[in-house]
Amino acid sequence: MAFFCGKYEILEREEIARDIFSYVIKCPEAAEAAKAGQFVHIKAEGYTLRRPISICEINKEKGTVRIVFEVRGGGTDKISRLSVGDYMDIILPLGNGFTVKNIPEGKNVVVVGGGIGVPPMCGIAAHYKNVKAIIGFRSKDKVILEEDLERIGADVTVCTDDGSYGEKGVVSLPLERLLEKGETAAIYACGPTPMLKAVIAAAKKYNVPCQVSLEERMACGVGACVGCACRIKRDGKELVLRVCKDGPVFNAEEVVL
Amino acid sequence: MSADKIAQKKDLSVTVAGVKFPNPVIAASGTYGFGQDYTDLYPLNRLGGISCKGTTILPKDGNPAPRIAETPAGMLNSVGLQNPGVDIFISEHLPKAKRDGNVIIANLAGAVLEDYVRAAEKLDETNVDMIELNISCPNVKQGGASWGISCEGAAAVTKAVRAVTKKPLMVKLTPNVTNIVDIAKAAEAEGADCLSLINTLLGMRIDIKTRRPILKNNVGGFSGPAVFPVAVRMVWQVANAVNIDVVGMGGISTAEDAVEMMMAGAKAIQMGTAIFTDPYSPLKVIDGLEKYMTNNSLETLEEIVGTVQPW
Repeated sequence: MAFFCGKYEILEREEIARDIFSYVIKCPEAAEAAKAGQFVHIKAEGYTLRRPISICEINKEKGTVRIVFEVRGGGTDKISRLSVGDYMDIILPLGNGFTVKNIPEGKNVVVVGGGIGVPPMCGIAAHYKNVKAIIGFRSKDKVILEEDLERIGADVTVCTDDGSYGEKGVVSLPLERLLEKGETAAIYACGPTPMLKAVIAAAKKYNVPCQVSLEERMACGVGACVGCACRIKRDGKELVLRVCKDGPVFNAEEVVL
Repeated sequence: MSADKIAQKKDLSVTVAGVKFPNPVIAASGTYGFGQDYTDLYPLNRLGGISCKGTTILPKDGNPAPRIAETPAGMLNSVGLQNPGVDIFISEHLPKAKRDGNVIIANLAGAVLEDYVRAAEKLDETNVDMIELNISCPNVKQGGASWGISCEGAAAVTKAVRAVTKKPLMVKLTPNVTNIVDIAKAAEAEGADCLSLINTLLGMRIDIKTRRPILKNNVGGFSGPAVFPVAVRMVWQVANAVNIDVVGMGGISTAEDAVEMMMAGAKAIQMGTAIFTDPYSPLKVIDGLEKYMTNNSLETLEEIVGTVQPW
């Protein structure tokens, strides 16, 4: 799980929705080492703390990593002003990614993303043939990565809270409809805590293995400072682990939200 | 290989409380774990030393998240001394740190006097190079800060730990006091071999949308470049008032900062928050100090310690 720290060239930049940016970064060594579900830690010029951003897609042949993030404040705004040809100061790849499983013939994998939790779903979806993606957003103007997931081969269902695009409501409704069919062998999820709670409950109800990616405010990003604590049940004990190094991906049944 | 040799051609070593550091840059406690988290980037032995994560007699889970908040030119943390306890520190973490690093400092925190004493007794039997007595953690009700905010408390815990260990003892002071000089003198009088300062300043941030503090602990320790002038001032005051060595920390992020801190009276420096911004910053400071020595024809960095000429 080696990681790297350096300045990497920006090959592509696009604002894919209002305040949501997609960057493709050239970083061959890191791309070779990277796994879906890992994250990168980006320096924002003039800010003390780096910004942890999940990896969206990895292209090992081209030696690139794609990230997608939303401008939430001054730091992410600063990063979003970097242009093609500029260099991004990044530590990557960090954390434990998703575990890829062997899926029996005739079974599917469901990836569930909420808002800015959708990007890592692209990376894990790329590992499977029969993938259903359920992605939820507040409204139509925030919908991202629908076409990318389709390009990757997923059968995509979009939900919006206000019904301005796709299905009205939260992702757990189409998720339960899918799980009822009994054809799902694994679930992967990333998104806001209420969504994760609903996904974890559904996975438990239908007894489907589920991995979730957590987020927390971070400082070092590499496990040194113990700033990004999460509570995890393991071997009958509740542990306080680090999202950055012990996660960000955990098995759903371990997570205490 | 050759680059390493060139980078090390000047003798950057300093001696603090009888312990020789190959260079004066030490990773500050709580920011560098037990020394294994950055080894993908560079070997631990590039640093003069590390002060390991604050360790208590029993394991501690720390405070609930969020534990981190950003500030202009700095950050707050309220980790709350999460650590595996002194026994695991000694059996699992210390051997690796000693194997890979230069000077290894155990940072010892506690609630009651007995906790400090029992953990210090255990550390005394190890090959750790130095004990940093943390009487200044602001994030736990009895994380030590209650000892560090009065002369009587600082004296009592220093005396009790001094009685059970022959290890060089560095007492880490909190800036959250009325007069840090008095507390420094109290620790010196009870047998501290050196002092390190400053620990974090108590701070707070509020999310104006939710009217909630960003930290679940409400308040936390403020660090980073913003606190540097406070640290320089306190190091200068303390170094002028005591006869033992002082290790300066608080917002150091460049070699110029390190020089400034040494001129204020610090024999060595610790870096913490700067490592979060740039993991290579300690190495850049070491390289910058070497250039400073060359440019100023210094034989040893100790030539500049305490050389500020006040008006």
